[in-house]
Amino acid sequence: MTTVVATPALVPGTVVLDETVGRRGPWSTVVAAGDVLTVVDLDGNQAVDTLVYDAHDTSSRYSAAATVAAQENLFLTTGSVLRDADGTALMTLVADEVGNHDTVGGACSQESNTLRYGHHTKHQHACVENFLVEGARWGLGKRDLVSNINFFMNVPVEADGTLGIVDGRSAPGRRLALRADRDVLVLVSNCPQINNPCNGFDPTPVRMIVTRPESR
Amino acid sequence: MTDTLTTATTHAARDHARAQAGTVTDGMPTVPASAWPTAPGGRSSAMTWAETVPGGRYTSKVLARGTRLRLRDLDGSACAHLLLFRADATHERLNVADTVKVPWQAYPGAGHPLLSDQGRVLATVVADTSGHHDALCGTTHVAGNTAKYGAGEVHSSSPAGRALFTVAAAKHDLAPRDLPPSLSFFHGVRVAGDGTLTSIGTAGAGAYVDLLTHLPLIVLIANTAHPLDPAPTFATTTLEVTAWRAPTDLDALLDRTDHDPEYHRAVLNTEDARGAAEHGTEN
Repeated sequence: MTTVVATPALVPGTVVLDETVGRRGPWSTVVAAGDVLTVVDLDGNQAVDTLVYDAHDTSSRYSAAATVAAQENLFLTTGSVLRDADGTALMTLVADEVGNHDTVGGACSQESNTLRYGHHTKHQHACVENFLVEGARWGLGKRDLVSNINFFMNVPVEADGTLGIVDGRSAPGRRLALRADRDVLVLVSNCPQINNPCNGFDPTPVRMIVTRPESR
Repeated sequence: MTDTLTTATTHAARDHARAQAGTVTDGMPTVPASAWPTAPGGRSSAMTWAETVPGGRYTSKVLARGTRLRLRDLDGSACAHLLLFRADATHERLNVADTVKVPWQAYPGAGHPLLSDQGRVLATVVADTSGHHDALCGTTHVAGNTAKYGAGEVHSSSPAGRALFTVAAAKHDLAPRDLPPSLSFFHGVRVAGDGTLTSIGTAGAGAYVDLLTHLPLIVLIANTAHPLDPAPTFATTTLEVTAWRAPTDLDALLDRTDHDPEYHRAVLNTEDARGAAEHGTEN
């Protein structure tokens, strides 16, 4: 007997993965070409630091610069194509319930936290730690980490260039969906930062759902 | 050069080859750098790098701590794409995200630190007569230049920055995996409230920017059109690169007491790492 439950996947299809990423932790999966990853901001305003690699050649990886230059816009939203440094598509944002997502802020690290907030933050857990731990499972190291996406994080740039992480625009249950344009490895840090509003000063879990659209 | 030279024999070919030296072009290194005719303050002996880089070409150098590196847009359409690696620990390199996030400023200018991924200052922008720079769009790739100009390979007439960086990095045994997003100087981009990125072009001929190194660095420079350059044809002009020993400039910078707190802690981290790794006398 099959119990049919409504899933919050933004793009309907057969559910091939449905996992919750615990607060402050890392996560990764391979999303097959054509499948769609829905990210659910369960409790609202939780930064989801994300890197994307070609699953078969991780030297091809998300490039924030190539992505924003190609679309001539700093923010990601529906229609944005995540590109590698050679300009080739890795994933496409096919739905977005928030409106914009950050491309410039990068990941928090123990080291940069000491600059931003003071040396007392050196031993607070940080996104780069998550990326290194989770990346190692796939043979990725420090040289494979580049400027990442921060889903659900709000970083405006003022006219004089002043930029910063401010209160988020997301809310509990808000979602986005990414279609894989080739087989990709998605590497995530569910941001543990507690010194700025990127997680509402309270890191919370997020839900990851991969669906395979019926038309495939 | 005389037209009587032939290359039919080894001796003639050698004479022919040797007769070519001494040619002067508008894109070449001056070696030794002390022969550069316009050393700052006339201190020729302090010069460590003097080179003109044509549009569509690259260069690289290892520079000591306390070096002042000047990039000049000679003719008004240069675009200097830059990557920095610690020469003594190449896994530590420029991180453009931290470089804009930590100082709360997207547009690099005088006083802006170029930060590594380890919370340290690789270099500080200490002078800037241009104000047209970019830390957001990175450099160009072959596919993009091919679509825009018809070609993007290194050997083409419109080489992409990614291709140039790939070769420059290889000469320091660094692979494409080691190439993060880069900074660029002399072609500015501005961000509108809705995120739209717009080229503001260059500041014209003669503009320069000075970087002061805090650690020994591998410097990679690609001089090629910005990704948002609106010109339909590739017309990048010559970049002038000079550098000289300037330890007193660094001392003066570190002694200042008016730095932003983030910059101050980045300097502390840098000096802490350097001090711990080096033998020296206690003072």
